[in-house]
Amino acid sequence: MANTTLSGQIALPSAQIGSTPKRKPIKASRIALYAALIVLTAIWLLPFFSALLTSVRTQDEISLNGFWQPDLSALTLDNFPAAWEQARVSRYLGNSFIVTIPSLIATLFLSSLSAFALARYRFKLALPLYFMFVAGTMLPFQILLLPVFKMMNDLRLYNTYGALIIIHTAFQMGFCTMVLRNFMKTIPNDIVEAARVDGCSDFRIYWQIIMPLTLPAMAALATLEFTWIFNDYLWALILIQSEALKPITAGLAGLRGQFTTNWPLITAGSLIGVLPTLFVFAFLQRYFIQGLTLGSGK
Amino acid sequence: MATLAATVTQRPDRAGKRQKINWTPYLFLLVPLAVYATWIIFPMLFSFYLSLTSWDGVSPIPSPDQLSLGNYDRLLGLPLNGANPPDRDFVTAFNNNVTWVIVFLTVPTTLGLGLAMIFNSNIRGARWFKISFYAPLILSFVVIGTIWMWIYEPRAGILNSVIVGASQALASVFPFITPLERGPGWLADRNLALASILGAAVWRQVGYVMILYLAGLKNLDPSLVEAAKVDGASPWQLFRKVIFPLLAPITTVVLVISVIDSLRSFDLVQVMTPLGGASNVLANFMYIEAFNNYQFGYGASIAVVLLSISLVIIIPYLYVSVRKELDY
Repeated sequence: MANTTLSGQIALPSAQIGSTPKRKPIKASRIALYAALIVLTAIWLLPFFSALLTSVRTQDEISLNGFWQPDLSALTLDNFPAAWEQARVSRYLGNSFIVTIPSLIATLFLSSLSAFALARYRFKLALPLYFMFVAGTMLPFQILLLPVFKMMNDLRLYNTYGALIIIHTAFQMGFCTMVLRNFMKTIPNDIVEAARVDGCSDFRIYWQIIMPLTLPAMAALATLEFTWIFNDYLWALILIQSEALKPITAGLAGLRGQFTTNWPLITAGSLIGVLPTLFVFAFLQRYFIQGLTLGSGK
Repeated sequence: MATLAATVTQRPDRAGKRQKINWTPYLFLLVPLAVYATWIIFPMLFSFYLSLTSWDGVSPIPSPDQLSLGNYDRLLGLPLNGANPPDRDFVTAFNNNVTWVIVFLTVPTTLGLGLAMIFNSNIRGARWFKISFYAPLILSFVVIGTIWMWIYEPRAGILNSVIVGASQALASVFPFITPLERGPGWLADRNLALASILGAAVWRQVGYVMILYLAGLKNLDPSLVEAAKVDGASPWQLFRKVIFPLLAPITTVVLVISVIDSLRSFDLVQVMTPLGGASNVLANFMYIEAFNNYQFGYGASIAVVLLSISLVIIIPYLYVSVRKELDY
């Protein structure tokens, strides 16, 4: 999982550098570059193409004609409603939202509190605590699996939405705290001092001054975290057992066992399952990219 | 980018008075730290304890007087009670992780940097090309695994269709080539399973590295690059002697991420080869031992070993970051 972006700040765009062609570019090398790029891009798009084409066919037709000679008159959209209802993709998607939205809100809120404390106060534990959060973002999940499984069982939270919400909130806090703390550190102190002189309480400084200024980082972080939590598979595998509670990732993984030889149905289900993150990506692309680079700007 | 001078919001002390502890930051930290300590710190320590037990996940957890290094002995072949070899499945998983690290440190990094360099020049259509490379990042590993399993499907999948089709086309032109009846088994083939999974993993990782390098390139000081150009540096010299050294901080982050992600790999292996075996990595080996074989104690010891390996990267990285932070 790529959720290891490291200690961070938002990268501020500055002037573009690179080979601005002042001299006449050499034609042949330019063409070769384009050709190579087009081939590589085509390879990169092939999996998407394979999935899209498969989702509108039937397994029998694919077996009969092979992948590359689809019978265009036999194309069908039936796989999508079948995945939505028979394969319970609608249910799984709903579960994913039920888990993702509260986790996202909780982890962002809690992280903003700890980030504020670590960024805006000077106290002995500030740095050790900060690095505890940073280290936490790089842990292998496996070190937490068994105790968390046991604790959720003891608290009777095993096989509930609550279990997933709690663990996502806790685990994502490390990364969010790190990013928000570094962002809050860049806010000039004058603003805060002015407010303090006016008799502003610490909580109001957090809520009414720092938080509004942190919104750009929050937006980028929220976009990224939405994708990460929504796409989690491991915790769903460990903490959810009931078919009715599975999020889309665990649900799709289960589909394959159930409809082993119906690739069109499985692919159609996967494509539906991708829609929410695709939606986020299409409309919040800038934030998503910014989020991914949040960690590396230093 | 320099962080602005560390900010102090503590109230200035009145002269002569001893400084009192300001409890306000701890108040803000109270709830987040409680959550973090309960669900991250405590479980981590608890895993260490479990790794010394023979817990099966169902019966009560063994008490402290029943602890032993037995799990580690079985896993690593410690010289405790005579020489025994390490667990063969562990060796397989460990080697696969090493392969994963090597591939991640070389392939997506080079491709990602190359693509970032290309897209950073004003090439036409860069925006659309770029999207094809970072689109895989929004997919879950389950979806990536599913899509690629179908690509690797031995009979009708896209890959073998191409291979078999190409071999037949070649055979019709060159009579000395025998056309292939069937392509490789890919995921079903012990020798190809890991490479097949890595194909899917690299497909995703390239876009990530590219994004990181693109951000780094945007932050480079254009005057340095201009100066080198004025001095008549060739494009390769410009890259080799100016741009790449300036990207060093990004490269560090990319390398650290590559190793950490390799050690964390689980989902793809679990989805694409659910039965495990030849393609297992440590994370899956741990999961299988604990949840399929009910050997929670043994599983915990695998997790501890995996964590220890990760620390080889985490600790130096933290050390450097701490020193940087103290410089401000």
